[in-house]
Amino acid sequence: MLNHQTKVFLTYSFMILLLLIVGFLQSWNVALAILNLCIISAIMSLGINIQWGNSGIVNFGAMGFTALGGLCCVLISMPITKSAWQIGGFYILIAIVIFFIFIFLTNIVWKLLKNSPKKRVFYSILIFLIGFIILRLIADPAILRIESFEPAKTGYLGGINLPIIFSWPIAGLLAAVTAFLIGKIALGLRSDYLAIATLGISEIILYFIKNEDWLSRGVKNVNGLPRPVPYEIDLQNSSWLIELTEKFNLSPVITSSIIVKLSYSLLFLSVLIIIFILFETALKSPWGRMMRAIRDNEISASAMGKNVKKRHLQVFIIGSAVVGIAGAMMTTLDGQFTPASYQPIRYTFLIWIMVIVGGSGNNYGAVFGGFLIWFFWVESEPLGLWLIEFLTSYLDNENIIKIHLLESAAHMRLIMMGLILLLALRFAPKGVIPEEKRI
Amino acid sequence: MDYINAITLFANYIFIPGLSYGCQLALGALGITIVYTVLRFSNFAHGEFMSFGAMISILVMWYFQDVGISIHPLPTIILALPISIILTIIFCLLIDNFCFSYYRKNNSESVILLIVSIGIMFFTNGLIRLIIGPADRNINDGERFLVKARTIKKMFELNEGLAIKMSQCLTITITILLVTFVFWFLNKTKTGKSMRAYSDNKDLSLLSGINPERVVLITWVIAGMLACVAGTLYGLDKSYKPFTYLNLVLPIFASAIVGGVGNPIGAIIGGFVIAYSEIIITFAYRRFLGYLLPDNLLPESLMQVLSTDYKIAVSFLILVIVLIIKPTGIYKGKLI
Repeated sequence: MLNHQTKVFLTYSFMILLLLIVGFLQSWNVALAILNLCIISAIMSLGINIQWGNSGIVNFGAMGFTALGGLCCVLISMPITKSAWQIGGFYILIAIVIFFIFIFLTNIVWKLLKNSPKKRVFYSILIFLIGFIILRLIADPAILRIESFEPAKTGYLGGINLPIIFSWPIAGLLAAVTAFLIGKIALGLRSDYLAIATLGISEIILYFIKNEDWLSRGVKNVNGLPRPVPYEIDLQNSSWLIELTEKFNLSPVITSSIIVKLSYSLLFLSVLIIIFILFETALKSPWGRMMRAIRDNEISASAMGKNVKKRHLQVFIIGSAVVGIAGAMMTTLDGQFTPASYQPIRYTFLIWIMVIVGGSGNNYGAVFGGFLIWFFWVESEPLGLWLIEFLTSYLDNENIIKIHLLESAAHMRLIMMGLILLLALRFAPKGVIPEEKRI
Repeated sequence: MDYINAITLFANYIFIPGLSYGCQLALGALGITIVYTVLRFSNFAHGEFMSFGAMISILVMWYFQDVGISIHPLPTIILALPISIILTIIFCLLIDNFCFSYYRKNNSESVILLIVSIGIMFFTNGLIRLIIGPADRNINDGERFLVKARTIKKMFELNEGLAIKMSQCLTITITILLVTFVFWFLNKTKTGKSMRAYSDNKDLSLLSGINPERVVLITWVIAGMLACVAGTLYGLDKSYKPFTYLNLVLPIFASAIVGGVGNPIGAIIGGFVIAYSEIIITFAYRRFLGYLLPDNLLPESLMQVLSTDYKIAVSFLILVIVLIIKPTGIYKGKLI
């Protein structure tokens, strides 16, 4: 058997080799585009891994936190819509304050009436409903005014016009606050229930972002987010690039886009490395030992005086914040926020496949899983086409089945992902890089 | 004041659509519940099994249309149901044989089986798209309406019409038949009783000589049948699009949990609770109130609790509320 270090070395070199092959065979632009999303996926899978691999929490809400991260990009970086604020901003602020007041009141009632379950439910719902009606009465006219003000151009409150890079830490913060609220509600549930509850909550978050146009423009999308790196067209006009390309006889268009992608990669890589080091240190510390003890046996851990509920909440917040940061990075890379594109298959379950295939409970595995699965997610289209061509090579070219299969080769992606997950669960249930045995 | 118009409006926009949507959810939830109680895991692939069943029905229907078999005014797809049910059951059994049985024998945790079912969800979804493509298809080739809105309007001289679609009528009839059969089977036959014994206490039932392989087989037969019928009816009522079935899994889980996990009657009730709350909360009551209130009292707004865009979110909201307040559901089931 190979030991942990050799395995890490081999798998990581294999991954680099795969990316180099794409670079040589397809193009460096494609390879870098894959690499950038690989890094983001790795960060997401680190976030889910600390929850599932190290603490046994089943969080199927990654999509919601990713979308919240994307929303943060819009709120931080877009220019402020002054006229929208003038016609309705004040009422929106009041409505937000009222919302939190009523959440607070509901919470107090919920705690006060601990001893009478029926009264507790009744009064909590009553207070919540009153709050909802007041909220609607105040916010509805303002929302209508904001959304009908130049709907084709803005129709929302806009952001606060700061550099987009600030949205990353703030996305982490927003995701952490949301995770705190969700965790308070849902973390008492057991595995299957928690999975379904978090999946449902993430859908609710997404529906909110999709339909509250005053906040996020909803399905009308926000385009043209500012970038943390220079634009290709500016690079092409800069003198040093022109000199460089003339010296080495390169195409300025391709070089500029490679430079842009490389600078993204460096930014993302630095975030990945910071989070990785933080997680490694945390998991090697007594805190990490405690988390593993709780994961392995909740009852004995709590008998030893560990507050299981509090630790679970803590790790739920940390993991979700990391997913939120990755979501903001992804929207930054895209340069636009499209709420309709968020689907649980792509943003929740795929991340889970990354964690499970890579190796849950160990950060090296989670990062590798993120890289490997994203690579195959992108490359499965050409691979699927090649596979189908190979399998149907004995059929002649006019065969209906062959034509149909070749046309729908794009759908091989989901089949391949399913197969990878099933095979990994069967033959390598601890992942490609299993958790190190600690003595 | 115009009670009759108000009642007709209510029936046309809330009661009848809710009834048929509730039936579809109830059939799905019943399938999930049966798999959950006997095999002890949450099957996320159930939505895809429904989609698979619907796809097979469509393929068989195309063959029938090609040959020229038709049962007009009923849609041809009803005729395809028996064949597609059998094929869906075979598919479920194959999946169980290759995937689930291994983990069952190893006594894996239910979370692992849940993750396996996600893998199957991916695989089946891809397979369906590979075979039939992602396009949106209208598969109702029979008479569209059983009762047309205009007929009722003329007959009773009302302002509001009442339309009953053929697909809604079929959904309700088939659901009643199927659910009656499943309940009869579970409660009255020896095999059904052995299934319930197995789900109650596995070890004890094995000691009394119940064959576990047979129980698992029957479970998948029932689950596959329910999935195929539910999927086909949903496709018939709306339209068949592989993508929609992915989004149907959560409302189905919501129904099963709201009704009480592990309780078949609860699953049926839960389906209707979810369906009606989705429609009632997102319905605009202005026209309805227009018949009941005098003109000067009629409010300006649409009188809608949440906008129609939130329709599916309502089911998740109810799911979350039930999970917080009463995780066992309406009919007390097992706690996962």
